[in-house]
Amino acid sequence: MQTGINRLEIKDFNLYYHRTKALEDISMMIPEKKVTAIIGPSGCGKSTLLRSINRMNEMIDGVTVEGQVLLDGEDIYQQDIDVVELRRKVGMVFQRPNPFPKSIFENVAFGVRMGDNVPAKQKLEEVVERSLKEAAIWDEVKDRLHRSAMELSGGQQQRICIARALAVEPEVILMDEPASALDPIATAKIEELIFRLKEKYTIVIVTHNMQQAARVSDFTAFLMLGKLVEFGPTEKMMTNPGSKLTEDYITGRFG
Amino acid sequence: MSLKKTRFKYLGESLIEGNIKITAILAIIAVFLIFFFILRESLPIFFNGEVQQEITFGKFFQGIQWQPVSDHPRFSLWPIIMGSLKVTMIALVFAVPVAIGAALYSSEFAGRRLKEFIKPVVELLAGIPSVVLGFFALIIMASFLKNIFGWTYRLNAVNAGIALGFAIIPAIYSLAEDALNAVPKSFREAALGLGATPWQTAVKVVLPAALPGVSAAVLFGMGRAVGETMVVLMAAGNAPLFSLNPLESTRTMTATIAAELGEVVFGSGHYHALFFIGLTLFTVTFVINLISWALFDGLMSKLYGAKK
Repeated sequence: MQTGINRLEIKDFNLYYHRTKALEDISMMIPEKKVTAIIGPSGCGKSTLLRSINRMNEMIDGVTVEGQVLLDGEDIYQQDIDVVELRRKVGMVFQRPNPFPKSIFENVAFGVRMGDNVPAKQKLEEVVERSLKEAAIWDEVKDRLHRSAMELSGGQQQRICIARALAVEPEVILMDEPASALDPIATAKIEELIFRLKEKYTIVIVTHNMQQAARVSDFTAFLMLGKLVEFGPTEKMMTNPGSKLTEDYITGRFG
Repeated sequence: MSLKKTRFKYLGESLIEGNIKITAILAIIAVFLIFFFILRESLPIFFNGEVQQEITFGKFFQGIQWQPVSDHPRFSLWPIIMGSLKVTMIALVFAVPVAIGAALYSSEFAGRRLKEFIKPVVELLAGIPSVVLGFFALIIMASFLKNIFGWTYRLNAVNAGIALGFAIIPAIYSLAEDALNAVPKSFREAALGLGATPWQTAVKVVLPAALPGVSAAVLFGMGRAVGETMVVLMAAGNAPLFSLNPLESTRTMTATIAAELGEVVFGSGHYHALFFIGLTLFTVTFVINLISWALFDGLMSKLYGAKK
């Protein structure tokens, strides 16, 4: 395949939780500046796969991996990889909105402040404003930047979390069911946002909601019992799945 | 079938409930009774003319000497207030960094096995009787510190403060660790996911998020330090000197009560003065607790938004 378009590649990837195999021989290309959805029934390893892309599974005891995850051709599981730098390139948004108990401003500025070169106050303010605008929440919070982010609604909190991830200028954004804890209106806002963000970022999103995958994603990976059943353009997956299992799942026969 | 209660169906339950209620009320009554007793025994200083010939409220703040048993008794509280303050501050300066450092380590950095080892061991320290800690400070630590630093007096405020620090470390550690552990894992994930190092995550996210609980832990430790008696009685040199110098012997309010109440003439001015010290201690610890509650609430609403 053409280089430059596939910046993120998962190659023969296995993940064990103690002795249980949670992910088995996963290989897939994640195209740049597109939205790739990972779908599948509960417990199939969707989130685990997502969290493998920025090595968040390392926080969990007893996880070991085999195989490669290549970012710009570099295997992120090599020994001398700086995990901190990796996570600045591959940002993450979680299932439940998890703003820090700090002000809105401090939440968005957090990642930048933790970096090696903390910019001057004015530059930092610019970064915060840009990120909040990108996350489509600037207008709602611009007058209360120094109030606690915990006072916002769930949907607003989630967009603050997205702004927070954008502020460190990542290349890839991982989203772990970012709308599953939100009401339909907040969900719609997040989906709209995802649609706009792919102009600039490569997005991988885990969702258990088939309609959501159909609405927001360009490519879809269907996972079952830790195996990649099918991977392809979302439209083809939804209308003409290549596997009987995929068809059964998306038509709602199980899941 | 009727839904009406039959008469005796819940009799057992209401008996148990009643018993628990009574014990709770008894505990509260006991606290109030202690307070009123102390209050009653200190009031003659204000109202009883006979007692006032020996001791008045004003005399507590005249001069700088506590010499209750002499031809010209002097009852200045300044030296023992100073002693309590000095020893408490030294204890906090020593104990707070150790306890919070240990709490941060065991909640954020230690592996699960190590953590399961550290926590009970530190909490075991709480089980050491304070008289044993005092004995250790009096006999061993005092000589050790004196030899190392070449101090003039073996028993001094620093020696007592450090020993007192050991006494309050477990309490501060335990409460602070609980507060740190209660910080949701999602905060840690968010911070790490934004490219913060584990140290940054611990210090910039977890510790601030746990600040209400951690500062309550520190104030709780302070309350304990002010009230602790045996360690300071044994390790501080027991001389009520009015001095800022931490390397001189000193004596705290608690130690004064403990040392003198056993031999005091009942009903004398000295007797009532000791109760007044008790009342003061009671008030101080009460105020510290109030501050810790207020601080906790204030920080909670600042961090987590106004209460809805």
